[in-house]
Amino acid sequence: MKRIYMDHAATTPVDPEVVAAMLPFFTENYGNASSMHAFGQEARQAIEQARESIALLIGAKPDEIIFTSGGTESDNFAVKGIAYARKDKGNHIITSAVEHHAVLEPCHFLEKNGFQVTVLPVDETGLVDPVDVKKAITDKTTLISIMHANNEIGTIEPVREIGAIARECGIAFHTDAVQTFGRIPVNVADLNVDLLSASGHKLYGPKGVGILYIRKGTRIVPFMHGGEQEKNRRASTYNVPGIVGMGKAAELAGEHMEREAARLTSLRDRMIRGILDGIDHSRLNGHPVLRLPNNVNVSLEYVEGESMLLSLDMEGIACSTGSACSSQSLEPSHVLRAIGLPHEIAHGSLRFSMGRVTSDDDVDTVLTVLPRIVDRLRAMSPLYGKKH
Amino acid sequence: MTGYSDKVMEHFRNPRNVGDIENPDGVGKVGNPVCGDIMELYLKVENDVIVDARFKTFGCGAAIATSSMVTELIRNKTIEEASKISNRAVAEALGGLPPIKMHCSVLAEEALSRAIDDYRSRKKIAA
Repeated sequence: MKRIYMDHAATTPVDPEVVAAMLPFFTENYGNASSMHAFGQEARQAIEQARESIALLIGAKPDEIIFTSGGTESDNFAVKGIAYARKDKGNHIITSAVEHHAVLEPCHFLEKNGFQVTVLPVDETGLVDPVDVKKAITDKTTLISIMHANNEIGTIEPVREIGAIARECGIAFHTDAVQTFGRIPVNVADLNVDLLSASGHKLYGPKGVGILYIRKGTRIVPFMHGGEQEKNRRASTYNVPGIVGMGKAAELAGEHMEREAARLTSLRDRMIRGILDGIDHSRLNGHPVLRLPNNVNVSLEYVEGESMLLSLDMEGIACSTGSACSSQSLEPSHVLRAIGLPHEIAHGSLRFSMGRVTSDDDVDTVLTVLPRIVDRLRAMSPLYGKKH
Repeated sequence: MTGYSDKVMEHFRNPRNVGDIENPDGVGKVGNPVCGDIMELYLKVENDVIVDARFKTFGCGAAIATSSMVTELIRNKTIEEASKISNRAVAEALGGLPPIKMHCSVLAEEALSRAIDDYRSRKKIAA
């Protein structure tokens, strides 16, 4: 059975070219990049090259890129680091209801420690309204954090407009770009951001490495205290192979992005049409146009997501669901609840996220297999019979 | 692969006794769409023996497998015997459930106990 991986929003396979670039830094050039000898300096040079590649991809200066252990650390660093650095100016943070937990949980933590957090609602497509951002600003607001694109429903937020508002008011603006970095154009000047989080493993790089872009002149409290790495802002021995891998992945993304985004957009739209036309009582979650090129998120009514996921998995197709039954908390996805989906429809959601390995045939396979699975589960569902 | 036992996956793949029963002697409906699990259990009873049991379930893999297993466990049992089947017994018959999914077996036990109550109250009315 051919396996079909449609979970690229969760993680991606590491590109063989990336692996090849990383390998020497495990066994040959293993020096500590903070050491003065040749071993160390070789590693240091590789890190600086990776920093340049990543800076180039997002229109930043190399010294504005800080290496971290991944998207979650970058988000934590940005939110807590800015909140504490600006504590003398105010204690109010603005974010949205659809942010990743890596932003929402640091905000909850700050709330318990004397900060105030406004969580903005979104419309039924998942969009934050910049007007709401403007209205939420007080003279105590020090940070706004709104994601670039949502990891579950793929909606691309009006980050540029929100960034302009933040700048006008002198408020630091952070965006979680984990889902967009290397997938669609991300430029820190165009987006008016002061801080931006990205991760290596979402774009065919290794796990355990990420970056935080920090605009020059932005004061931030260090996240890791220890050695003097990253100009005292992020202590810890450099993860040289990981950093080199992320740099190579950024280079490759720069080469492939335009063509790949166009290819995936057409696959995405064919898959969405195929599901909505081929399965009754199905709906698209997220924005139809302002959407990540690789994201398909649908709700199939009267069936539960985990049972669909398991059934697809038995046919070799990997995807994810926002159903409560698949989470440890037994709560449905906060994103699907924020766009106003009733619980039972949130329970019936599936996310397919495509990538470089996804072919036309893969989309055809999903479009053949999924209706059969939905039919089978609906035949078992006490909810379906009653409506028909 | 999923944290489910082979037995759970086997019952999920090939659930026994799916459907409903025309003119059932007892029906148990539990759960609600908000919590994500709904189970309906239908019984056909002759001389206090369950001769047929069927289910319809909206829910996760564990919910479907426990529904399937409970129908298997109660078939050809007396009402008295069936009423003693606990959620633990259902979970054990499936080779165990992940801790987070134990509530699915509770739902199966509740559906069974509702269906038996329903049967008993119908019998009382008929008498």
